[in-house]
Amino acid sequence: MSTDVWTTPERAALRAAVRDFCTKEIVPHLDQWERDGEVPRTLHKAAAEAGLLGVAFPEEAGGQGGSIIDQTIVSEELLYAGASSGLLSALFTHGIAIPHLVKSGNADLIDRYAKPTLNGDLIGSLAVTEPDAGSDVAAIRTRAVREGDRYIVNGAKTFITSSTRADFVTTVVRTGEDPHRGISLLVVDTGSPGFSVVRRLEKMGWLCSDTGELAYVDVRVPAANLIGEEGSGFIQVAQQFAGERLGLAVHGYGIAQRALDLTVAYTRQRNAFGRPLISKQVVRHKLVEMTRAVEVSRTYARSITERIAAGEQLFAEAAMAKNQAIEACSFVVNEAVQLHGGSGYMRETEVERHYRDARILGIGGGATEVMNDLIAKALFG
Amino acid sequence: MNIVVCVKQVPDTWAEKKLSDSDKTVDREGVEGVMNELDEYAVEEALRIKEASGGEVTVLTMGPEKAVETIRKALSMGADQAVHLVDSGLHGSDALTTSYALAKALETIPHDLVILGVESTDARMSVIPAMLAERTGAAQLTFARKVEVGDGTVKIERQTDTGYDVVEAATPAIVSVVEKINEPRYPSFKGIMAAKKKPLTTLTLGDAGIESEKVGLAGSGSSVAEFSARPPKQAGQVVKDEGDGGSKLAEFLASQKLV
Ligand SMILES: Cc1cc2nc3c(=O)[nH]c(=O)nc-3n(C[C@H](O)[C@H](O)[C@H](O)COP(=O)(O)OP(=O)(O)OC[C@H]3O[C@@H](n4cnc5c(N)ncnc54)[C@H](O)[C@@H]3O)c2cc1C
Repeated sequence: MSTDVWTTPERAALRAAVRDFCTKEIVPHLDQWERDGEVPRTLHKAAAEAGLLGVAFPEEAGGQGGSIIDQTIVSEELLYAGASSGLLSALFTHGIAIPHLVKSGNADLIDRYAKPTLNGDLIGSLAVTEPDAGSDVAAIRTRAVREGDRYIVNGAKTFITSSTRADFVTTVVRTGEDPHRGISLLVVDTGSPGFSVVRRLEKMGWLCSDTGELAYVDVRVPAANLIGEEGSGFIQVAQQFAGERLGLAVHGYGIAQRALDLTVAYTRQRNAFGRPLISKQVVRHKLVEMTRAVEVSRTYARSITERIAAGEQLFAEAAMAKNQAIEACSFVVNEAVQLHGGSGYMRETEVERHYRDARILGIGGGATEVMNDLIAKALFG
Repeated sequence: MNIVVCVKQVPDTWAEKKLSDSDKTVDREGVEGVMNELDEYAVEEALRIKEASGGEVTVLTMGPEKAVETIRKALSMGADQAVHLVDSGLHGSDALTTSYALAKALETIPHDLVILGVESTDARMSVIPAMLAERTGAAQLTFARKVEVGDGTVKIERQTDTGYDVVEAATPAIVSVVEKINEPRYPSFKGIMAAKKKPLTTLTLGDAGIESEKVGLAGSGSSVAEFSARPPKQAGQVVKDEGDGGSKLAEFLASQKLV
């Protein structure tokens, strides 16, 4: 790679700033946030002040500018420096909650929701999934009925990231009967009467990222909170899929890289049978395979990211990047725990967290099988 | 109020520092360079003063080519422009000659106030601010934990072992800051991109009117005669608690002047 867009002086400086932020503002507190089951609002504010929340959002919407490459660098470096996939999902929930709203260009919605979110003053969630509809987005039933200048919303959503803390929830609702063209996007204030967080869900991993189950009972939402045209919700959500999947690919190879680094350090200093673990051929080969898995995943994901940044539409490739990185990640975090021995099973050991966090990556943002279906359709019709 | 912040690039604080065998100066090539940590506080303080009362912030750095990374960081935090004093003739300058070179460079930048960190993590002499004040004739306000600027005046709280003194002077003044003074900001993406376009002037010895025989290894008043590796860590002292563990610990801390 001669003209490497990933290592320009500006991007090197961005990496350094992100690492500094992570080391000082995140790593010392992460264990506590895992126990608390959420990250504090002060973190959103600090990250906003450091300019981290707005990377890849246009300046007109309160963002920092920059491209998906810069966003990738922020995520990569946070993970390499000891943040976690859960932390990123909690702190960057706006990455799924507001892109449609920003893209719609609706100045009123941008002023009321995007700018204060990128400022660290508001927290937003995206609610697609329902108790009876996950992978099959077109099956959602939460209904919004227009009455004058407002919608009346009834339904339920579940597994919604950051929703127990959220100020607003970008909600995917049914406004018509057509499975796809009957879907719309509405911004719902969580303070609205009839909206409630029914439960805070307890999870296997992503512990510092709160997850909620939501109920909507006759919630009155101003029609001004409709994003885009009525009936365009499915397309708006689908347009964000490639970016979201590449984002999760970064989670995959990012925590894999971190788990690998920790494991190399551990096997260097840990002695068994009179010599450091890393001197054993079986261990060395394992570490090489882990490295190969990470390298291939990163290189492929970045190449797709570069092409998307250049304007190409690559849905199947983004899905492949996700599946590749997540398969690599499952392998790496599993071996990382194994090579840490008993201490790898302990809460106080960092790889234990990555092992648990990794499990969601092949389920959320489009399950592995759903990705494969999509890739198959692109390849074989 | 126009402010100059003196910023130094130092070897990464956590890296093992080495002296080069050939000329016994700090080896800056082998390790990653970072902004001297205390200078981040100096930059932050300058930016806060500027944000509150206007003026421009200029970064002044003396150092090799690669120190430009550190200059960029200060610019990406929000400084307006930078002056880089870079000349192979400066290599090996000690504190005395560095203060001479910086004082000459300062003459090229109109300013009311100069802010520095109290020391750099590589040399740790902590004398440059005082020497600069002496050379430029500006008032010397060192070890500031708080700075207030007035109309043509600067007032600081000067950190002491037991508390603080209030010191006030008319500008021009030289202020050195301790890390208690503020929380330095992180450079943002926008700031990083904007830094690319900010003016950066490079000065050679000649540009700054610096006499070459007065700087560098040869011009320095002090020289390193010899050096040896740090001795290996000694075993620690174990305090056994026989009911008086607390007072023994306190005694130890007091004997080390830690309390
Ligand atoms: C921690 C966490 C956070 C989440 N955050 C959010 C959020 O913020 N917002 C939101 O809207 N949702 C969120 N989700 C929900 C997530 O997007 C869904 O769980 C996911 O889309 C899968 O949907 P489902 O759970 O209904 O599984 P289902 O759709 O019921 O699928 C179950 C399993 O069946 C298999 N499967 C599904 N379809 C196919 C197929 N076509 N062919 C073959 N096999 C298939 C897959 O293995 C899949 O995992 C979150 C989930 C978790 C666990």
